[in-house]
Amino acid sequence: MELARTAEEEEFRARLRGWLAGVLPTLPPRPDPLDWPARRAWDMDWQRRLYDAGYAGLHWPVDAGGQGATPTQHLIFLEETETAGAPYVGAGFVGLLHAGPTIAAEGSAEQRARWLPPILRGEHVWCQGFSEPDAGSDLASLRTRAVRDGDTYVVTGSKIWTSHAEVADWCELLVRTDPEAPRHRGITWLALPMDAPGVTVRPLRTLAGSREFAEVFLDEVRVPVANRVGEENDGWRVTMVTLSFERGTAFAGEVVACHRTLRLLARRAQENGRWGDPVLRRRLGRLSAEFTALWRLTQWNVSEATHALRRGGTGVPGVGGSVFKLRYSHARQELYEAAAQVLGPGALDLAEEWARERLSSLSYTVAAGTSEIQHTLVAERLLGLPKGR
Amino acid sequence: MDFRLTDDQLALRRGMRELLAARFGREALREAVEAPGIDRVLWRALGEAGLFSLRADEEEGGAGAGLPEAVLLFEEAGRALLPGPLVASHLAGGTGLVPGAADGTAVVTAVDAAPGAGAVAGDGVLVEHLPSADAVLVVRDGGEPVDVVAPGAPAAVPVRSLDPLSPLHRVAEGTLPASTPAGGAACGRSADGGSADGGLADGRSANEWSGNGAARGTSVRGRASGGVSAGVLRREAALLTAAQQLGSAARTVEMAVAHAREREQFGRPIGSFQAVQHLCARMLVRTETARSAVYAAAVTADETETCAAKLLADEAATANARDCLQVHGGMGFTWEADVHLHLKRAWLRAAQWRTDVEAEERLAAALRCPIPR
Ligand SMILES: Cc1cc2nc3c(=O)[nH]c(=O)nc-3n(C[C@H](O)[C@H](O)[C@H](O)COP(=O)(O)OP(=O)(O)OC[C@H]3O[C@@H](n4cnc5c(N)ncnc54)[C@H](O)[C@@H]3O)c2cc1C
Repeated sequence: MELARTAEEEEFRARLRGWLAGVLPTLPPRPDPLDWPARRAWDMDWQRRLYDAGYAGLHWPVDAGGQGATPTQHLIFLEETETAGAPYVGAGFVGLLHAGPTIAAEGSAEQRARWLPPILRGEHVWCQGFSEPDAGSDLASLRTRAVRDGDTYVVTGSKIWTSHAEVADWCELLVRTDPEAPRHRGITWLALPMDAPGVTVRPLRTLAGSREFAEVFLDEVRVPVANRVGEENDGWRVTMVTLSFERGTAFAGEVVACHRTLRLLARRAQENGRWGDPVLRRRLGRLSAEFTALWRLTQWNVSEATHALRRGGTGVPGVGGSVFKLRYSHARQELYEAAAQVLGPGALDLAEEWARERLSSLSYTVAAGTSEIQHTLVAERLLGLPKGR
Repeated sequence: MDFRLTDDQLALRRGMRELLAARFGREALREAVEAPGIDRVLWRALGEAGLFSLRADEEEGGAGAGLPEAVLLFEEAGRALLPGPLVASHLAGGTGLVPGAADGTAVVTAVDAAPGAGAVAGDGVLVEHLPSADAVLVVRDGGEPVDVVAPGAPAAVPVRSLDPLSPLHRVAEGTLPASTPAGGAACGRSADGGSADGGLADGRSANEWSGNGAARGTSVRGRASGGVSAGVLRREAALLTAAQQLGSAARTVEMAVAHAREREQFGRPIGSFQAVQHLCARMLVRTETARSAVYAAAVTADETETCAAKLLADEAATANARDCLQVHGGMGFTWEADVHLHLKRAWLRAAQWRTDVEAEERLAAALRCPIPR
């Protein structure tokens, strides 16, 4: 049980801190939050800077284009970038945090060489085509069909809630390749180029007013068999890999960012006088405990994963990620409820970043698997309770 | 960084679990409910197992171990609902404040003489197991020394204790030596030498992530001039209390899950009903979140992080016991089932050392540290 960092890791931290201090003031102004093409460009510009400085794909394996850094160095990276208020991954979320890691874990050497470097260089944006109008929580009931025609799949169907689809180059797509097989055994994981003929993206407006996600219609889209990750009909297993990255590790950095927000809230409350309210103070204090513990839980999970990897495991996080995801998504919503209390009437003014973040936070208990589904997973997989019907 | 338990730590925990299973199993627990007090034979066995001397220097018969090891033993004690002033005796043993505490020949309880935020005049201070104690620690705050007094010294009146396993006395404020008010956690390095290791809530300026973990809290000796610092003792008491809460929280998850698998209604185990599954899942989430906080505070020995640990462990223990009661249905409301013993102890521990009001206020105060850039 120790949390110490080696001299080498501290050196890494110092170098990173120095680099951040130099680069952050030189960033162009943030784009209009509703302008997704501009946001994409801004997010990718940041990723390119990370790449040029040697900080892209830090903990990805070297043969996946990564730097092969230790998991601890990656945590230090998150601590430093988020504490400094560096840009969020944004449009890079899917590529960097779950499609990329899935390809690194499950893809062939050619696939890694083809898809991973452009993600790291900030050239390609990926999106996630899992959910369908009739397949949300019950993802395995998905119906988008892929029919084999020689060395291509012909894909027809529709996806929904596809974040960043409008600005994406690639899509991690789940399709049904065997409609006769039991539902979990007829699914395949494909990489779909978003500019393929037959792909239509129709943006949807979120309650925050942004065209953040979309419907994606697929009409006889031809996808080469070479774009398949994993075996045909083995896509559910690959999906579990993707979801475990999405739930287990993708939100880790946000925990540090939330604690920073909490300190900014404390400052604002002192400025506007609401700090005198003990109910508010205690609420912020409790949230500090939450995010502190969540960051320690992340370190715990990383320690476990590192150990499993050394013993020949896959490095893929387990269902333990659901514990983190449940607690984090709730804490994040509570953070912005507290923010609303700090802002007072300002909570109704969308010029306030926290008022907008409060709206965004509402999706956290739904996206990446609802809290109800996570609770069921924890009960059945971690606690071994009998399966419900 | 490797946050996992070492093989030695796993062995230590296993040893304590086995000892308690053999010496304080369910039957002993229920006997203790009918005849509360301290079993001196068991107390000495605990002493031999190192529960009180673990952190004392090796020359003095201790194991020279640290807070993480102590936390693991106290977690086991919490699981087993082991009664007694374990924390005070451990702190007295580790510091050599009371002869005989380390080997379990002396039983030591404590008076919290600096009630924190949330206390009002007339509350008095509750002391556990006063009639069984050989000595009483009077713990103020900050750098003040800790006094050791005889059990008869504080003017105390018995209370009808909510927890049948923890006899309580109330000591009126006026009868205690003058106390200085507890200050909020200051910005900058904690005065008692706690260290930060990439924690978010450490009491240092927010961009100081770089602690090396050198200062593991091994002993409270010599931290303040003139002996033992009350601030350190108080922080360690809060942490070890949190560890007991963690153990209780983990135990009630097991109890709820075992019952949910066994008990059938509508022709199937109640654990297959989603409402019950989700109660159990929430219990596990609370436990694992609290565990991360408690173990981290044991490693960093940081004041603010200890507040986080106590707050979350109190929440996990009390809320889990209540959910465990719910999963047990009518049986959960009986004297026979052990659930109420967990809940009552959890409420008692939650009121000790760092209450939620105090922990939250301290955590809030630490948020006011400067933000980088
Ligand atoms: C902001 C945002 C971004 C998203 N981005 C993407 C993306 O990029 N790609 C993608 O593929 N998907 C994405 N999603 C979709 C997301 O994964 C789904 O919304 C989610 O899995 C829930 O599915 P659903 O919307 O169909 O709701 P439903 O499954 O219809 O659920 C409705 C309600 O019923 C409950 N429920 C359903 N089944 C059960 C059950 N068995 N037990 C108990 N309760 C149940 C749910 O918990 C929920 O409360 C995104 C969603 C949001 C909000």
